[in-house]
Amino acid sequence: MSLLRYTPDLFGDLKSIDLPFTPDVIISLKAGDLVGLNGYLYTGRDQTHRRFEALLDEGKALPVDLKGQLLYYVGPSPAQPGQVIGAAGPTTSYRMDKYTPRLMDLGLIATMGKGMRSIPVREAITKHKGLYLAAFGGAGAYLSKCIVEAEVVAFEDAGPEALFRFKVENFPAVVINDAHGNDYYEMVKKKQN
Amino acid sequence: MRIVQADEITKAVRAQTIDAATDLEPDILDALLAARDSETSPLSRNVLELLISNADIASREKIPLCQDTGVSVVFVEIGQDVHVEGILEEALQAGVAQGYEDGYLRKSVCDPLTRVNTGTNTPAVIHYDIVPGDEIHISLLPKGCGSENMSGLTMLPPSAGIQGMIDFVVELVVQAGPNPCPPVTVGVGMGGTFEKAALLAKKSLLRPLGQPHPREDIAQLEQQIKQEINERGMGVHGLGGNHTSLAVHIEPFPSHIASLPVAVNIQCHAHRYKKIIL
Repeated sequence: MSLLRYTPDLFGDLKSIDLPFTPDVIISLKAGDLVGLNGYLYTGRDQTHRRFEALLDEGKALPVDLKGQLLYYVGPSPAQPGQVIGAAGPTTSYRMDKYTPRLMDLGLIATMGKGMRSIPVREAITKHKGLYLAAFGGAGAYLSKCIVEAEVVAFEDAGPEALFRFKVENFPAVVINDAHGNDYYEMVKKKQN
Repeated sequence: MRIVQADEITKAVRAQTIDAATDLEPDILDALLAARDSETSPLSRNVLELLISNADIASREKIPLCQDTGVSVVFVEIGQDVHVEGILEEALQAGVAQGYEDGYLRKSVCDPLTRVNTGTNTPAVIHYDIVPGDEIHISLLPKGCGSENMSGLTMLPPSAGIQGMIDFVVELVVQAGPNPCPPVTVGVGMGGTFEKAALLAKKSLLRPLGQPHPREDIAQLEQQIKQEINERGMGVHGLGGNHTSLAVHIEPFPSHIASLPVAVNIQCHAHRYKKIIL
């Protein structure tokens, strides 16, 4: 595993999690847990979400079934020859807040990006017993090593904003919003005051 | 009069663009190492370790430090005794475009209305200064927008005073929370006019990280603001600890007697910049 070559002691206590999440796993996770994700996820960011919304407004189906899936907010840099993907760290999540409750109503169960979510998104996470995770912003080169397969499954013309399917291995992230209504950023703030 | 060929500028900017995306300057790396060594939160120390590892991978394998390879902000100081053979603006833009294409960097620039990507990461935002001498200094700051979006500007009444300025800067950074990828560098433009303050805030990010302003009262204010931000405990990526800000850089400029503009430009921990001299 390429990661070990660089950082042997890093995140030794990552809780290994298989994707897609099962309801039991989701319920067991708590805000502040450090996880290592394994399996398949979908990606999308601003343009991807605008297109999702346009399709839904026209009564059309989304290009992939998001039910039970993890949607990762990322716009990767292009892969160099021989690479699976370029840098692929998270983008800031609040820009997707407008769209997230609707997607969760359709079955999307978890999202991953960086930064705080709006109150309606947090309510949707609690209502659907879902999750929001933060990946590590500005660690795009490192995180590219945790992505072992990458393919564009829709919106190829959107370039970095295309909908990708990634297979990840030991992809590190922190649980920010858990299914029980906790928000780790708020917990950190409260601890300080 | 010294003559510089436009294509020489293009070639240099192309290389500079790729280097900036993949190689942190030593002062930034040193600041991350120092933060790791004095970090109080175990989780945040681990994240800092990850960021240092990220810089190592990026530099050795020429993978961008961050997939957001930014909008290119270019500060050009042109010696008044230099003549550019060709069109300077086009040479700079071509260098940026070639760097993004050849370096496998993400092209993130789009039309503000249609949101259609320009496909080249140009136009770069270019600022020119004419200075004495016969050299061309080009500073490149590829600016990621997670942090750029958290920036802000206020036109304070002079009665707000020093405390008003401190409060504005500290609250802006604290409200931004984890969004701009802390630990951040906080660039502050103080005084001038509406646009001058914003430009100074951006320009202050070119200063070697943590180098105090030569004016002692300004240097003290930089330290005070940094301390107040870090005492709020938001920490690396908002996960807690004592490093929300690596440095505060303030650039002052005299303002109108009725006015006190304060601009804050936030820079993420992946603080990328490169300077070349032609």
